[in-house]
Amino acid sequence: MITAPTIPPATAGPARTEAAPAPGPAPRAAAGGRAALLVLADGRFPAGGHAHSGGAEAAVKAGRITDATSLAAFCRGRLHTSGLTAAGLAAAAALGLDPYALDEAADARTPSPVLRTVARKLGRQMMRAARAAWPCPELDALAAAFPRGAHQPVVLGAAARAAGLGPEDAAHCVAYETVGGPATAVVRLLGLDPFQATAVLARLAPEMDRVAEVAATAARQGLDALPAASAPLLDITAEQHAAWPVRLFAS
Amino acid sequence: MSLRATARIVADAGGGLPLLESDGPLAVRRTRATGPYTRVTVVGAMSAPLGGDRLAIETEVRDGARLLVDSAAATLALPGRGGAPAAYDIRLTVGDRAALRWLPEQLVSARGSDLRMRTTVELAATARLVLREEQILGRHGEETGTLITRLTVRRAGRPLLDQELAYGPGAPGGWDGGAVLSGHRAVGQLLVVDPEFEAKPVASRPLAENAVLTPLSGPAGLVTAVAADALQLRRVLDEALGVLAPA
Repeated sequence: MITAPTIPPATAGPARTEAAPAPGPAPRAAAGGRAALLVLADGRFPAGGHAHSGGAEAAVKAGRITDATSLAAFCRGRLHTSGLTAAGLAAAAALGLDPYALDEAADARTPSPVLRTVARKLGRQMMRAARAAWPCPELDALAAAFPRGAHQPVVLGAAARAAGLGPEDAAHCVAYETVGGPATAVVRLLGLDPFQATAVLARLAPEMDRVAEVAATAARQGLDALPAASAPLLDITAEQHAAWPVRLFAS
Repeated sequence: MSLRATARIVADAGGGLPLLESDGPLAVRRTRATGPYTRVTVVGAMSAPLGGDRLAIETEVRDGARLLVDSAAATLALPGRGGAPAAYDIRLTVGDRAALRWLPEQLVSARGSDLRMRTTVELAATARLVLREEQILGRHGEETGTLITRLTVRRAGRPLLDQELAYGPGAPGGWDGGAVLSGHRAVGQLLVVDPEFEAKPVASRPLAENAVLTPLSGPAGLVTAVAADALQLRRVLDEALGVLAPA
């Protein structure tokens, strides 16, 4: 079941003119299309994601992930909560919504300071890779505005835009990495058969498509329509995990 | 038959309640205060909301006012006849140098119910807030209904916290998996916003096996907790309340 309507956020407060997408076509530093999407979504894209388990390391230790079935439930929950929220932010950035407002919206959607720090660190790494891959003034300006890094989904969306990709593409990247990260990590953490881990991802593919579509649709409606789905255990365990003296993954 | 009801509370700096308006099943009463806060108790929402109902409570705490709102009993979401979801909107506005303690009893999602709860808070820059939310998924030994709650807090017009939680048969998949609830049936948040945290931020710390206190990116601390049941959850939140914002 992935069709539950979400509650639209509050519309109170002053009208946010900066929420309107910037006019004109996205800058095309390269011929955007399917190949550019593969480059951006590739796990080998040097943006530092491999060092993070997306909460899977803590879940394995707590006995919440023990096999392919519990990995699938973990990934599905992450996809529809923090995955959807991040996909919405990335789609909005790909559309050209104000990155300051998006970064602030990301902060408000990330109550864990550990996860805020991780998001900014990954944002910084994503920015370095993106500027090498698709150099453009818009990425330069974003990098200059956030020397400590903007939230990773915001940078990913801006990178997608620089590559000539659209909001659905950016949202797809986020949806995929939301589940790909934990699945890959669990192969290392549990010694799970990589064929089984890949099967988990393949079975989630239709839900990833749907999450990307919902995220992009929300992004087109503007800042106030962005999803805010959250997962209590991911927030709780991220803080606990960061205090472990020895761990395999950074988060 | 579904109903629409909006209760309204307005508190002013003199300790008065220029507006205290009950509506339908939502009865609001001034009750005896034990501290400096004017106290209002929501006494009537016990069996509401049923499917299809649209309930709302609007509360305005004017500049310099101090208001405590609690409730006489837990709110129980029950299925309606038509199968339509129920809506419960809480809208809170807190002015400059004003303080609101919003401490209702639990929200219990009964089997077959479908409730969309939305809490929207607008804080002035110097406002203080203590807000507790507890979601209990099913009565004792019962499956949960569908419960989708959104909490949006803005401070001085900027977003401070925006969270949506979705549980039950009508929620997206994975809500009971290892990333979200993992079998826990009580979920709670305690939010404390205080301009004093600007100079002295809240420090992150674990509170229980599955509860943490974290500083938000603004002057606020949030307790996020999951527990096996309502009693264990309340114990954790009460302890945090005593440390963060004693009455």
